[in-house]
Amino acid sequence: MLRYVFRRLLTAIPTLLVIVTMAFFLMRVAPGGPFNQERGLSPEIKANLEAQFGLNDPLWLQYAHYLGNLLRGNFGPSYNMPDFTVTELFAKGLPISIQLGASALILALLLGSLLGTIAALNQNRLGDYTVIALATAGSTIPTFVIAPVIQLVFGLTWKLIPIGGWGDGAFINKVGPVLTLALPQIAIVARLMRGSMIESLRSHHIRTARALGLSDWSVVVKHALRGAVLPIVSFTGPAAAALLTGSVIVETIFSIPGVGRYFVDAALNRDYTLVMGTVVVIAIFTIVFNLIVDVMYAVIDPRVRYD
Amino acid sequence: MLKTMLKATVFATTMALAAGTLYTPAFADVVYNRGTAAESESVDPHKTSTVYEANILRDLFQGLVMQDQKANLIPGAAESWTVSDDGTVYTFKLRKDGLWSDGSPVTAEDFVYAFRRLEDPATGAEYASMLYPIKNAEEVNTKKGKPEDMGVKAIDANTLEVTLKAPTPYFLEMLTHQATYPVSKASIEKLGADWIKPGNLVSNGAYKLAEWVPNDHMKLVKNPKFWDAASVKIDTVNYIPTEDRSSAMKRFEAGELDSYDDLPTEQLADLKTKFGDQIHVGPYLGTYYYAIKTDKAPWNNPELRNAISMAIDRDFIAEKVWQNSMLPGYSMVPPGIEGYTPAMAKYADMPQIDREDAAKKILEKLGYTPEHPLKMEIRYNTSENHKNTAVAIQEQLKPLGVDVTLLNTDTKTHYSFLEQKGDYDVARAAWIADYKDPETFLGISRKASGNNYSNYNSPQYEAAMDKAAAAGGKPEERMKDLAQAERVLVDDVGQIPLLYYSYHDIVSSKLHGFVDNVMDVHPSRFISKD
Repeated sequence: MLRYVFRRLLTAIPTLLVIVTMAFFLMRVAPGGPFNQERGLSPEIKANLEAQFGLNDPLWLQYAHYLGNLLRGNFGPSYNMPDFTVTELFAKGLPISIQLGASALILALLLGSLLGTIAALNQNRLGDYTVIALATAGSTIPTFVIAPVIQLVFGLTWKLIPIGGWGDGAFINKVGPVLTLALPQIAIVARLMRGSMIESLRSHHIRTARALGLSDWSVVVKHALRGAVLPIVSFTGPAAAALLTGSVIVETIFSIPGVGRYFVDAALNRDYTLVMGTVVVIAIFTIVFNLIVDVMYAVIDPRVRYD
Repeated sequence: MLKTMLKATVFATTMALAAGTLYTPAFADVVYNRGTAAESESVDPHKTSTVYEANILRDLFQGLVMQDQKANLIPGAAESWTVSDDGTVYTFKLRKDGLWSDGSPVTAEDFVYAFRRLEDPATGAEYASMLYPIKNAEEVNTKKGKPEDMGVKAIDANTLEVTLKAPTPYFLEMLTHQATYPVSKASIEKLGADWIKPGNLVSNGAYKLAEWVPNDHMKLVKNPKFWDAASVKIDTVNYIPTEDRSSAMKRFEAGELDSYDDLPTEQLADLKTKFGDQIHVGPYLGTYYYAIKTDKAPWNNPELRNAISMAIDRDFIAEKVWQNSMLPGYSMVPPGIEGYTPAMAKYADMPQIDREDAAKKILEKLGYTPEHPLKMEIRYNTSENHKNTAVAIQEQLKPLGVDVTLLNTDTKTHYSFLEQKGDYDVARAAWIADYKDPETFLGISRKASGNNYSNYNSPQYEAAMDKAAAAGGKPEERMKDLAQAERVLVDDVGQIPLLYYSYHDIVSSKLHGFVDNVMDVHPSRFISKD
């Protein structure tokens, strides 16, 4: 297994290089640059700015510089927020996005699995229909609708939580964004769990277990759950990468200083280094979480072997 | 019942988990939570460009001159100044009690250093042009001159002499711009790039920088070394970027924000009903216009440009699209600059129906009818209101035989295209005043201006603008010359002014000293809170 993990990490290097290279050149193909704005700059002033950030160098040289800096762990300066380097922006924003994303993910996995299991055990009965209805609503109502409703109901009407802001990371400031992030994920996990649990409950080994007179609790928790949880594990990899790197909508509506907002803002502002930084971070998260998922597969299902 | 139970459960859970983590400010502190629609890019005066930063820097720094609550010019770091008879040499006397936040005196040498730093190409200052009126400043910025040759000199610690290339009557107004604020030479030389960090930043304004968490808040605390600290009522100003306007309204209602500098204009009528006098809307020095390609057929025909401009129902756009958060505009210079009367389009007072009839006649004369339509493409940058404005114009021009197509791109693409003088018909643009003078609006239509997206080129206009520049020392004569230049521009339809901007703030009734003005300038040092 260790060899497998090592091999996967090694193959991640060329993958990352391809992603970085594509992102670097695609950004430069996009029309407009970091210094195009409503108030046009004179060519001389623009040239001064470009020189300051090395944008007047040939593209291949800029690419080489970027790769060299990246190898040293230097993501470069932010063009649009010159008081910060990209590393500083991530150092401030990433822990916040991770806190929210991890909370939402854990909530989604626990609650979604529970609801999915309840639905499966009550197939075609009221409990099942209720969960299906809630899950359908949860996965179809967009975040930009859920978030203002949470603000309005919990924040403004009942005054239980702040409308927005990070508040130095106070728990109460996280309630709204975590709920908003978690709700659609809960719905997805519940649906996945319901389907896989129904399938698992119909399998031969569960029938055998029941025939042997094991209790319902034992059948479900000890035997059915292990098989049913595999699709959830598959889902968790990409979901974790997406949730932990922030959500632009949730962070914007709740005024959360995470990194999710950089993904869109940096691209729109042609803040090349910040865009590249976000691409690298997402790529690393995706690679790592997919690897974790594959390892988890082997842990959960003894039939899966990677050596 | 269910609602009550749910409420009680959520309340109990959140309170229990949050215990001990809630932030409670000191009771003695007066805290002003100031909402802004966008995050600042920088607090280095030489690296900023937006109005959001201008508001913060106005609290942190003091230029030679500043603006009061009504945006009128008042002494800043300089307590007085004299101007030579020929209008080219300004001698500023700095306050003797002017201190940096570290307690060291603000000297003339700091200004010399700051002005040279702004023009140094290595600084990469977007607003270096703000000091171009100073002798040799432009040369330094364009690498044709040396910093020592710039017309800025410290006569002694408290006397600064600035020599201009030519009389520039709006020079003092220009000095209210954040790009011209001083920076501490000692601090930058000691700390290098880190001079800007909270805790390091040495400033000479009413406040100093305590914290900055990007996209969350910037905390400014009262500067006890400020020469007028005794009259500053607010202890802490938290600048809180809240990009989502609807969230900002809820935060205001919940008391999380004391003011916010933007409003969801589509809800303006409802907001006025709900918040009453706390909604502040009024004229702001900014013009929303369409650039029109004056050097390309058929748009090189002023008659055609005039017909198009005349046919646009600005009242409808201001009222229905912008919910009266903008005002109909018929001149490039918006009203509100003392001593200046903007030159309005001649049809400004005509009823809209008569304008459309007149426009139709012109178009027919030029051979454009619904059967043989004029093709026109409107380019605009992404925004719901820009789109709605363009769609409204598309509908308004259709009956006149103008076949309008729309092209939307993101802001960077849009302005990159215009900057490169790309091939287009009509394009959305805007200009917000950097300082209170008509020149800021008229300069963009000059032949040599990088912002002259219309490629407007009129010898009469250039002559009138030159004449105004030459009339430097005679303000009344200069204003007349500028108005004459604008008359030429408006009659030629070198640009199509559509709307004047308005400020739209929401301000808590607990705040005092937040006085409405055309520059939407509200220094925190003049504000108090109940």
